[in-house]
Amino acid sequence: MTQESNVITLGATTRTGQSHILRVMLGRKVVIFGLVVILAFIIVAIFAPLIAPYDPYAQNLNATRQQPSAAHWLGTDALGRDTVSRIIFGARTSLLVGVVSVGIAAILGIWLGLIAGYFGGWTNNIIMRFIDALMAVPMILLALVLAALLGGGLKNVVIAIGIALTSLYARLMCSQVLSTKENDYVTAARSLGAGNWRIMVRHLLPNCLPPIIVLITLQLGTAILAEAGLSFLGIGIQPPQASWGAMVNDGYKYLLTTPILSFAPGVAIMLVVFSFNIVGDGLRDALDPRLRGTL
Amino acid sequence: MATYIVRRLILALIVLIIITLLIFLVIRFLPGDPIYLYMSRQEQQTLTLEQVEAARHEFGLDKPIVVQYFDWINGIFHGNLGESLFYSESVGALLKRRFPVTLNLGIPAFIIGSVLGTAAGVLSALRRGKALDSLMAVFSYMGIAVPIFWLGILFIYVFGLKLHLLPMFGYTSPTVNLIQNIKQLILPVVCLAVTPLASIARQSRSSMLEIIRQDYIRTAWSKGLRERNVVMRHALKNGLIPVVTLMGISLSYILGGSVFIETVFSIPGLGALSVQALLSKDYAIIQAVTLLMAAIIVGINLLVDLTYGWLDPRIRYG
Repeated sequence: MTQESNVITLGATTRTGQSHILRVMLGRKVVIFGLVVILAFIIVAIFAPLIAPYDPYAQNLNATRQQPSAAHWLGTDALGRDTVSRIIFGARTSLLVGVVSVGIAAILGIWLGLIAGYFGGWTNNIIMRFIDALMAVPMILLALVLAALLGGGLKNVVIAIGIALTSLYARLMCSQVLSTKENDYVTAARSLGAGNWRIMVRHLLPNCLPPIIVLITLQLGTAILAEAGLSFLGIGIQPPQASWGAMVNDGYKYLLTTPILSFAPGVAIMLVVFSFNIVGDGLRDALDPRLRGTL
Repeated sequence: MATYIVRRLILALIVLIIITLLIFLVIRFLPGDPIYLYMSRQEQQTLTLEQVEAARHEFGLDKPIVVQYFDWINGIFHGNLGESLFYSESVGALLKRRFPVTLNLGIPAFIIGSVLGTAAGVLSALRRGKALDSLMAVFSYMGIAVPIFWLGILFIYVFGLKLHLLPMFGYTSPTVNLIQNIKQLILPVVCLAVTPLASIARQSRSSMLEIIRQDYIRTAWSKGLRERNVVMRHALKNGLIPVVTLMGISLSYILGGSVFIETVFSIPGLGALSVQALLSKDYAIIQAVTLLMAAIIVGINLLVDLTYGWLDPRIRYG
């Protein structure tokens, strides 16, 4: 295993990489499946108003909690809103929360880790002990507490999940920087007169990014799952905005008569999160198989 | 080993102190007046400005922030965690009643997740590329991706509503009725075990795959040992070292997951308590539950690190 993976890594670094990464990833059917689902998810989210058969907010009190039919493929909810349309608009919420919160987490975490790893010593100690403290609180609980204290709603959910996910990036970045800064090219840059900023941004950052990109892919799934959880508990996205987690909770009340209301959005959550994990893992194996087990 | 233990103890203590600082600062600096920690919503609306100021003085909220922090810590050490406004009783008493329920739910889930997860991972590694391995890979990916609150609802629908096999919700103390307790806990425990099980299975699979390619395993095979001996006596010991580190993360999944599972199955534990507290802005409970969960995780991580250092001497001197 070790030998085999070394060969692959060497290949990846010498042959500029990109075609190799694609080849390794596309060589697995399950990764292709994941990519297709993610692509469909993004398209549906962006073009939701064009794709949705009905207005997701249009109530129809004459047609509440209908069973699936030709007109409403997945039936209607307690306010007569079309479930398919709400799932399509829910994809928007999920994608938005996923991308923005992971963006916040990655930017914060990358900088914290870069600073901690580069300066080392006390700076490292102080930053990383704070990160340890953040990591001791279960991620979902941290997101819940922050979202509840900030007051719920889309903006606050994004901030809460972003902060809750920051620690992993900081830790990963820090360990990456600690090993990368020992490279000769860093010493060379310094002896040529490059300052701290230049070394950090031009030399360390780009070389530490591959595992961070893998983590970002994996965390998109985690963030979407977290948003669903927060909204399920009523602490996240507020009605009437469509959110998959809130839909599962709404449907739960009518489990006996119209279980599809709760089941359908749950399947959507699982499918999307599953796909991000599969693609993230595929990306990791293509970039550097030695990362397996650490990410 | 002694210096290693001392170093880890000090580190854990520092992290705990930072956690208390963070909890204290977050609650005090986010929107909202900290006086709400001590007042019901009704009081907040009816009291005059002077009365609020008097209360602020009474609870020491007009003191410098540093003094307030130490007052709070001092309170914790004296078992004074504040009063819950929603339940109008002391937070200490609430935790004492709720915590055992979460343990009753979480410990079986932790054991199932660890034991079955490891077994599944080792089995997949030994049958690499076979149907069993692929099947387990799909299950572990699904286990990590599934929203557990949804899985709980699915279980309630299938096993409760349709098959009438198991009770759908509620909690009975094992001292009152053990059979009922077990019946009620089966579904929630399984739900809670799913995520740790899946992640432990993946981790143990990949670390076993590393190990079984090592020279000493080849030697064991070439000595003519049976598979059982090679795996149990030689591979497992080293293969499981990285899995031990996942224990802390599993616990984190379980404590975090209890928030959802206790809500879905109406189980009166810490998780359900924290949801209630978050929805009603019951700050005293939020503070206490967060601190308790974090302290448990720091404790387990300390234990894991010490075990790790004991199992693998390279860590201690690293």
